Amino acid sequence: MLRHASLRSLLQPRIVAYSTRSSLSTLAILEHQNGKINQTTLSAVAAAAKIGGPVHGLLAGSGAKKLATEVAAKISGLEKILVVENEAYDKGLPESFAPLVVETVQGGGYTHVFCAHSAFGKNMLPRAAALLDVMQVSDIVGIESEDTFIRPIYAGNAIATVQTSDAVKLVTVRGTAFEPASAEGGSANVEETKDPKATSQTNWKSEQLAKSERPDLAGAAKVVSGGRGLKDKENFDKIISPLADALGAAVGASRAAVDSGYADNSLQVGQTGKVVAPELYIAVGISGAIQHLAGMKDSKVIAAINKDGDAPIFQIADVGLVADLFTAVPELTQKLS
Amino acid sequence: MSKLRILCATKRVLDYALKPRVNKAGTAIDLSGQKQSMNPFCEIGVEEAIRIREKHKDRVEDVLAVSAGPMKAQDTLRTAMAMGADRGTLVEIAEGEALEPLTVAKILKAVAEKEKSNFIFLGKQSIDDDCNQTGQMLAGLLGWSQATCASKVTIDGDKVTVEREVDGGTEVLEAELPIVITTDLRLNEPRFASLPNIMKAKKKPLQKTKLADYGIEIANRFKTLKVEEPPVRQGGDKVEDVDAMIGKLKELKVI
Repeated sequence: MLRHASLRSLLQPRIVAYSTRSSLSTLAILEHQNGKINQTTLSAVAAAAKIGGPVHGLLAGSGAKKLATEVAAKISGLEKILVVENEAYDKGLPESFAPLVVETVQGGGYTHVFCAHSAFGKNMLPRAAALLDVMQVSDIVGIESEDTFIRPIYAGNAIATVQTSDAVKLVTVRGTAFEPASAEGGSANVEETKDPKATSQTNWKSEQLAKSERPDLAGAAKVVSGGRGLKDKENFDKIISPLADALGAAVGASRAAVDSGYADNSLQVGQTGKVVAPELYIAVGISGAIQHLAGMKDSKVIAAINKDGDAPIFQIADVGLVADLFTAVPELTQKLS
Repeated sequence: MSKLRILCATKRVLDYALKPRVNKAGTAIDLSGQKQSMNPFCEIGVEEAIRIREKHKDRVEDVLAVSAGPMKAQDTLRTAMAMGADRGTLVEIAEGEALEPLTVAKILKAVAEKEKSNFIFLGKQSIDDDCNQTGQMLAGLLGWSQATCASKVTIDGDKVTVEREVDGGTEVLEAELPIVITTDLRLNEPRFASLPNIMKAKKKPLQKTKLADYGIEIANRFKTLKVEEPPVRQGGDKVEDVDAMIGKLKELKVI
């Protein structure tokens, strides 16, 4: 009896360690557009890899097989890619996509699901969470352990560390907080997986995407943003765009600029728009309300040009210039060109 | 053509203009003595419901505002009624208790079924926990169509067309009733409640219920281990002119 107990205690730690490690497995949802894997998805894959277990990708839509073999299989950190070839998933409608996630999670026994905190991730994953009867951890910026995550709350004015007791952890990842996984060097196996073929009662009709030759706002290394100080759309285009082009930067805007019609909605930086963290963020004619700062205060270097020397933006700007933007910005553009 | 029974979910949160402060213990945001108001995205939902009634007078049977929270959350419901909601339902929980989106979604499902709602508005996210989950979870639990981040809603018979904001632009969805819609900033500009309407709202029916009435218990999945202030960003110096700015940016190796 005694011998038996001591034998068990000797064996137990090894068994526990082994089973803990082998029981973790993560599903990363691979978002794609025009034959490319989205940049924010690569960040989600990188975050998923930190959990410690194997990471499998889920890729669905028309052309999924081809995309998986040619592009997705090279993403480093992915062991396997589960493919569902069905055009019903092309527009990411949650009514059909969420049941696909549920089917894949239950069929594969995954403990974690990672997805980018993108328009698609935000829309679809909570629906899947409800169907699985679990909570979702939204917009994480850090991982403490397999069940403990760090996420900003109150527009980034506080950082919460939360531990979840759910058996399956559904997580959306803030792209700017994790260095994207390399899109080269990986060698994942591609495998077809079960398609539940849930139909969506909601129909996708059309889309209107802002066309731009400039880098994508969310992933750009440099961002030039304009605010209310630009006064109208003509000025915005005349003053902000050339500076952005001179720097090879993406264009952003404050809510005031977007609401006044100076810039497209999709360019809004802030709590309710995009969260960016470029190397250089130049704020032009932006006062710096907390809702705007929530979207850009993790930028490496912030430069501000504003007429009002007391504007709150100067409290966080690394380089501040109190000047009339209508003369200072064209001068800056000219000297940088 | 079915009648519209609209439900607006509203949440009472720290006023958007206030700077949140972490409590001494580092476990939560200190809300004591702080002004709380209706979450801005919820206001947009209430406004849209009222506009739908103004546009489709004969079709809208009822506009119900619902809030789950402590007794104080009835202020939020009175605000919704002053804006034009017909009545309110408070699902009361103890002061200091917190509800997670999944629980709120379950509560709203129960209320929607009881009230035979077929059109539900929620804000896209609340500005305190920034989750952006409740509407999607509710639509999933009900098995209804969902349209999140709506910037335009059009009703034509039983068909609802929603323009929604997505990364890089907008997309248009079409669905049949019933539907769950979450509101984005650009859907509308909420009206201010006039003084006479605030007075009238005090006489509108406000039903107080408890979680047990719906057979729901608080079963939180999250434990908040700590809440911290984000690292404070130290602003640098101001420069004199454009040349100095370029010099500084070069020094920082960003251009």
